[in-house]
Amino acid sequence: MKQELTRSEMDLKELKELLLPMVNSGRTALLPALHAAQELYGWLPEDVAAEIGRQLRVPEADVYGVIDFYSMFYSRPVARNIARVCGDPSCSIAGGLRAVDEACAHLGVKLDEVSGDGEWMVERAPCLGLCEHAPAALVGDRAIGNIDPENPIDWLSTQGDGARSVVGGDIRILTRNCGNGFTTGLKEYMLSGGYSGLRRALGELTPSGVVDEIKASGLVGRGGAAFPTGLKWEGVAKASGETKYVVCNADESEPGTFKDRVLMEDDPHQLLEGMVLAGYAVGAEKGYIYVRGEYPQAVRILNEALGKGRDEGLVGRNIAGSGFDFDIEIRVGAGAYICGEETALFESIEGKRGFPRIKPPFPTTHGLFGRPTAINNVETLCNVPHIIGKGSDAFRKCGTRESPGPKLYCVSGDVDNPGLYEAPFGVTLRYVIEELAGGVVGGKLGSVLLGGAAGAFTTAKSYDVPLTIEDLRSENLSLGSGVLMVFHEGRDVRLVLEGLAHFFADESCGKCYPCQLGTQRQYEIIHRANAGQALSVDRQRLSDVGWTMTDASLCGLGQTAATAVLSALDLWPNLFDTDEDEL
Amino acid sequence: MSEIIKLYIDGRKVEAEAGSTLLEAARSCGAEVPTICYHEHCSSYGLCRLCVVEVEGQRTLAPACVVEIEEGMDVKTQSDRVVRSRRTILEMLDSAVDLSEAPEIVEQLAVYGADRERFSGGTERTPEIIDDNPMFIRDYSQCVLCWRCVQVCAEDAQYAFAINFSGRGYETSITTSYEKSLTESSCVFCGQCVGVCPTGALKPKREWLLEAGTEPSEIMRMTRSERRKKRRRQERPYQVVSSTQEERDDDKR
Repeated sequence: MKQELTRSEMDLKELKELLLPMVNSGRTALLPALHAAQELYGWLPEDVAAEIGRQLRVPEADVYGVIDFYSMFYSRPVARNIARVCGDPSCSIAGGLRAVDEACAHLGVKLDEVSGDGEWMVERAPCLGLCEHAPAALVGDRAIGNIDPENPIDWLSTQGDGARSVVGGDIRILTRNCGNGFTTGLKEYMLSGGYSGLRRALGELTPSGVVDEIKASGLVGRGGAAFPTGLKWEGVAKASGETKYVVCNADESEPGTFKDRVLMEDDPHQLLEGMVLAGYAVGAEKGYIYVRGEYPQAVRILNEALGKGRDEGLVGRNIAGSGFDFDIEIRVGAGAYICGEETALFESIEGKRGFPRIKPPFPTTHGLFGRPTAINNVETLCNVPHIIGKGSDAFRKCGTRESPGPKLYCVSGDVDNPGLYEAPFGVTLRYVIEELAGGVVGGKLGSVLLGGAAGAFTTAKSYDVPLTIEDLRSENLSLGSGVLMVFHEGRDVRLVLEGLAHFFADESCGKCYPCQLGTQRQYEIIHRANAGQALSVDRQRLSDVGWTMTDASLCGLGQTAATAVLSALDLWPNLFDTDEDEL
Repeated sequence: MSEIIKLYIDGRKVEAEAGSTLLEAARSCGAEVPTICYHEHCSSYGLCRLCVVEVEGQRTLAPACVVEIEEGMDVKTQSDRVVRSRRTILEMLDSAVDLSEAPEIVEQLAVYGADRERFSGGTERTPEIIDDNPMFIRDYSQCVLCWRCVQVCAEDAQYAFAINFSGRGYETSITTSYEKSLTESSCVFCGQCVGVCPTGALKPKREWLLEAGTEPSEIMRMTRSERRKKRRRQERPYQVVSSTQEERDDDKR
């Protein structure tokens, strides 16, 4: 469709007013401006983009480059309602792709095509973080779980939020206020002991005292890399420079991961308290929470909680009368898995395409806006109030010596009760699957994808390995972001791999050659093999492409884009063999 | 005099100034490290990864064009992992874009024993040639996404900011805002992008026409109307598009 209307000055007037408070921020306001403009016009026409560029002093070509990078920004007219159906493993095995086809057939459109009346459009979305409600969709900004693939009329017209969190587990530390079917307010949070960590820190501890307590707790990052949090904070606290930042990585996009969504939607103050404590510890006055665009509900809830926290003097100026200032800004992504990579996330906040940066230098010295930055995952920050409130010794009572503390396990796929389970580090795969999630359904256990799309496959052979950083490492596995995607023995692993390969090809930013080219070729090889046209050279090709991405890619996305495929080839070397090979 | 760092490259002891990159150190001792995106006068972003080398003790390979040398580093420029990565990158690139006018890359294909049919059948990038202005031809089916044109158009040289990227991943392309013509963009036709393009993706239009067998007289006739337009613009000085050497030559004829 070509843009037919020329906007009059009148039409741009509204945009100009909208941009007024952003003008002084310059380029960093680009994503917020694009979101606001798209809300206003439905999409982002050229003259609108040009006006935004003028106001924020960003070259027009750069504005377009940013728009075209993020899958939720549109430089062409789109439908009034967009139905984004999750196509990643837990949803696709539950009928997600069928739901896409049925919805398209019902509306009489092709994928990504606007219906004749301009009302509807169907997209295949990357993991929406609703894996415990598979198959799931995001209709407009409503998350709909357990959609009936055969019945699009039903789920397309569902009103209200249909995806309440499912939470369980042996211990309820991080999730003590989660899974109740509502958002825990400030009052309830405080009744459960909330903000006592912050009061203790501001009253009794110096910033370095907080860092020491976190170091003593042995807390490591929960986003996947398991880097010691205390060490990271110490690095930022000691880095030279007046201006420092805390950034919360809430761009939860790793297929199979939904823990951060639950934490943000059910108990937002826990995260805010963790952020303020981080700010105090590292000497920052400003924090950002970067929430993925696919989590509109979490954004709403966080903004509300933030307002409440400011009103009560727990965020903002002179926190709890201590003289410490720390404010938080919520930033919303726009559909890009790569922005979960810390440096790509900084670029996105700075108003750029989400291209990861070369490391070193590391964020502790050169992070957001080139300043020392502590960037932590949501779950990591949610541990902080407990450590500071009750002390690191209490924290260490749970978990193992090397992996202390509680851990959230995102269990989805072929289990009786998919959901978010809190248990100490060190429980086994068997325990989480059999005891907490109710066991495998549909057949015997086939495989588990541990750690998400960037993780590795394992089988019943790892059933009794304790889930700790150290034990899994010695098995060449990783807990990643805490994902256990379970497949019964009847599931075709090749189809799961095709889905994962599709995901990475879609989400590669295109910056470095190994990932830009490799994710595409990896997908094509698997797709063709699954279509019955496997070649005898496929195993070697997948191995070379996979190892090249792993060894030579610029960032963590490319370096792990073949992990699942390579692990599957290790477990089942004949997975993609042709009949010819068997002869 | 800056500090001297000692390291080992392919088993040889090498000394280089602190702040040097692995690429500079390797080349100073004669080790062959291939590159595609690297350009002496452009910022290095470590995109093509052809320059990766293996540094003892590091989990992944290091892009030599951006990694700085450190005391005692043990570097291998031709290990099996390095060679596999370079060969596979070259094979994948070859299967994606038209390298017929990129002799240096084709030479690397031979050096690394690339199988040019290995990934045949994969989706190729074959956008249409863009002929939207009198100066340059853009044939992005030959574009290897080295970023140099975008860089020189921006802070590396010209500050014109006429081009950026569209899409992402395999579908990334170089483009103007909303894919409008270069003449409608902030392009100043300085030609620097053409100068740094390592393939035939960006080319002076006259070169392109001559290669296509067009007679010089014919080119003159074809561009006459363009020159007339230009002269009209010069009569209205505030709309002048800065002329390039080529345009000036053209006028002299």
